[in-house]
Amino acid sequence: MSALLAALLIAALLTLVLWILSGPFRERRDGDGVDPVSDERRALESAKEAKYAEIRDNEIDHRTGKLSDLDFRALDRQLRGEAVEILRQIDELEAGGGHAVPPPADPRPGPPA
Amino acid sequence: MAFAGRIALIVALAVCVYGIGGALYGARHGRRDWVDSGRRSIYCLAAILTVAMAILEVAFIRNDFSYNTVAHTSSTTTPLLYRAAAMWSSQEGSLLLWVWLLSVWASVATFMTRRRLRDIVPYATSVLLGFGAFFTTLLVFFDSPFAQTHPAPVDGAGLDPLLRNPSMLIHPPMLYSGYTFFTIPFAFAVGALIVRRVDADWIRVTRRFALASWMFLGIGILLGARWSYYELGWGGYWGWDAVENAALMPWLISTAFLHSVMIQEKRGMLKIWNASLVLAASTLAIIGTFLVRSGVLDSIHAFGASTLGVPFVILIATMIAGSVYLVISRRGVLRTEHTLDSMFSREAAFLLNNVVLVGLCFVIFWGTFFPLISQALTGTAQHVGTPWFDRYTVPLALILVLLSGIGPLIAWRRASLANMRRNFALPLAAAAAMALASYTVIPISSQIGAVILFCAAAFVCASVGQEFWRGWRVRRATSRESPPGALVSMVRRNRRRYGGYVVHVGIAVLFVGVAASSTFQHEQTVTLRVGQSVAVGAYEMKYVRATGSLISDPKNTGATITLGAALRVTRGGHYVGTLLPSAGYFPTNPILPGQVVSDLISGDAVDQVGLQSSWRRDLWSAIKPLATTDSVLGSQVPEGSLVSDADRTISPTWSGKVQLETAYYELGLIVKHYVRFPPPALFTVIASPLVVWIWFGGAIVLFGGLIAIWPSPAALRSRVRARYLARIAQELGRA
Amino acid sequence: MTPPRRRHVKLVVSLTLAVVLASGLIYTSFAASNPALTPSQLLSRSRGASTVQLTGTVVSHTVRDLPGGALAFRLVDRTKRGPTVLVDYSGAVPPTFEPGRELIVTGALREGTFVAQPGSMITKCPSKYSAAPSTPA
Repeated sequence: MSALLAALLIAALLTLVLWILSGPFRERRDGDGVDPVSDERRALESAKEAKYAEIRDNEIDHRTGKLSDLDFRALDRQLRGEAVEILRQIDELEAGGGHAVPPPADPRPGPPA
Repeated sequence: MAFAGRIALIVALAVCVYGIGGALYGARHGRRDWVDSGRRSIYCLAAILTVAMAILEVAFIRNDFSYNTVAHTSSTTTPLLYRAAAMWSSQEGSLLLWVWLLSVWASVATFMTRRRLRDIVPYATSVLLGFGAFFTTLLVFFDSPFAQTHPAPVDGAGLDPLLRNPSMLIHPPMLYSGYTFFTIPFAFAVGALIVRRVDADWIRVTRRFALASWMFLGIGILLGARWSYYELGWGGYWGWDAVENAALMPWLISTAFLHSVMIQEKRGMLKIWNASLVLAASTLAIIGTFLVRSGVLDSIHAFGASTLGVPFVILIATMIAGSVYLVISRRGVLRTEHTLDSMFSREAAFLLNNVVLVGLCFVIFWGTFFPLISQALTGTAQHVGTPWFDRYTVPLALILVLLSGIGPLIAWRRASLANMRRNFALPLAAAAAMALASYTVIPISSQIGAVILFCAAAFVCASVGQEFWRGWRVRRATSRESPPGALVSMVRRNRRRYGGYVVHVGIAVLFVGVAASSTFQHEQTVTLRVGQSVAVGAYEMKYVRATGSLISDPKNTGATITLGAALRVTRGGHYVGTLLPSAGYFPTNPILPGQVVSDLISGDAVDQVGLQSSWRRDLWSAIKPLATTDSVLGSQVPEGSLVSDADRTISPTWSGKVQLETAYYELGLIVKHYVRFPPPALFTVIASPLVVWIWFGGAIVLFGGLIAIWPSPAALRSRVRARYLARIAQELGRA
Repeated sequence: MTPPRRRHVKLVVSLTLAVVLASGLIYTSFAASNPALTPSQLLSRSRGASTVQLTGTVVSHTVRDLPGGALAFRLVDRTKRGPTVLVDYSGAVPPTFEPGRELIVTGALREGTFVAQPGSMITKCPSKYSAAPSTPA
């Protein structure tokens, strides 16, 4: 009795495993499974959100008295400029529609001269 | 059913191998379907291992002693909850738990990255499945949890009584979750280095997993310390034992990573540091897993030589060699042209933080492995003790606490002197006030180390408080929210920053507890007769009466008899409380006729600590009733002869049932006799201030971690919306 | 100095500092450490009464209570073979202490008896982590 149960369990398990693993090969016909949002776009989105977080952080640092007005304004200008650059790349990506501009490996210029 | 379990493990191994092959093939040839099939192997692995775990757990719950592992670690007298947990008290069971947890977390990670990091995912998948293959190989070929003996023994050996308490139920799963979670950042770091891509997306994904590992491991470490304090008879929570250190080292390195990855995000710097830190943390986690079971180092946890030493060493060596190769060969991608703008910047503080944490880890590593190192170098194994560890870790920990207060106060990139003056004023004043208080109000002027720590902790709390206050004030000024609403939304919009600040406060509180309880502790180990008392610090503890119970002990451990004492504690004549330490005695296995009574109590013995906690101090006590040294109770004390007398009244010719019943009856009389005529007992009593602050600090750290790791709803919404927009664009393009 | 050169210098300075500190650490670890020995190793040593960490198994029927709460017992190597050492121990005794259990004590050999430092006893968790199948006791 228990042997039968064990055999059924193994059979069920094997079936499940084979079904799951073969899924990508079977589903391929129903649409190419490509995510509309491409990898490059996603990388740019992450870079954009990181940049926004940096701008916010900068603001908080200024408001809580850690940055002087002068330093804050200079840094804020620089960061917003870098954000504009990223947004521009995102737009270019969308307009290109497939001809992706590879995201810069390090989307920030050096320290202000 | 055990056969089904064995087959399941073999299928699991096959799935791992298939997944590795599929993912790598798909990556090489640009075939998305193969990569996806490889990713799905992880889900399959989780499903199969869940089935295997279920089969084993059912065997434990049903007391199926044909399973060797059930027979070794459980018994009919083990309570249900502990029976279920006994599964991971054996080597093979704990390996299964480890790889099951690995598969579950890997499934979560695979699901969360199903649409991103597409070039990295195939390699990360292969690495994760590689770990899975390693552990399932061990389970299939070296140490199967489904090994059976026929005919099955009648009863099992029983769960070690030391493990019969709630902390031990969760401590291994928590620790293992921490260790296994580390494999995920490792896998994604290896993948990122292979494809030479370490950008913002990689950081974002890796950081979350690293934070989760950090939290789980931290909880595991804290629970271990708590268990040691509440359950073991020495009254301490940290002994620089090899397994404690093995969990602490990856935790320290991942703390460094979590901080310095912020610099990579903002400035693109320290990439080599960060890649190395992630790889090192994970390797240390595997080393920790190995240390606990290898018997390589003497420790409370080290067991007899295990057969798994060699495979683990090979795995660790592979991880180290692979990591070093990847970092060196990819150093072009990891290099940066940027430098620190100024020594007075948050970046500089984080860099110093990195250095101190790595230094601390090195000290602990050296001290932990010193027996092996000295054996290799000098031929004799040498052992360094707690004083050596303390000498180096205490100043380093002090620097860390100070840094955790300084970091929030200085700006990124460059801090001006004027600003620093403004920001440091209040925290420095708080530290000075604490120093003053120490010297005048609290009588601790003789302990400079503790005073410095208290000042540092005051500094940290003041600096974090200042940050919260200023940020909250700004928020209130610019928005129309209510005061509590402003606080909540301020934290919600900057979870990482404010969560991190809360963690810093928690660490400061924790260290205050550690410093106070280790520096100002009073301990006594003394033999007392009923009526005698002992002075411990400002407290007096009097042995007023003995306690005893048969089977139904207050902590419900299932001990045959429990003998203890009531200690009346007073301070300056005023009653403070009563402590009830006791010792529980368990049966041997098997119980032999002719000595049933003594066998019923000569097995393991367990301390039940008598404890009274308050915010100000802990009163801790343990007892060793002198009547019961030498397991056969035949030593030169009268009570010993009571047991052998009782044994003589039970005839081996009676039925087993009657022998047992009579034995319990006799034991009941012996317990009563002990309570009425108690012999002297050996007591260890400790009065220790601020111990509760350690656990409370830990809870604050956990709370801060949760704040930091919680996904912000705004980010989620925008991600979903971006997908819809993209889909619209695509469908419009197709039309 | 050009930036790469400056980075180079910084690297050399920090590495040198690290090596110096590490050497200090390593030196003190050798100076402050105690050898970890088994009973047979302890007895075969010629070097006198230096502090040592002794690991061994408690021999059955050798445990005695001494006045004042102290304990006397004999330790043998984990292999259960070889000479035994008489240990004189005072202080807190872990509840897991019993014959056949492996433990660690720190102390020094004085006139044939190993006098342990009070409270230095650590008993090991019972060996449930061995892969070799063992018959239920």
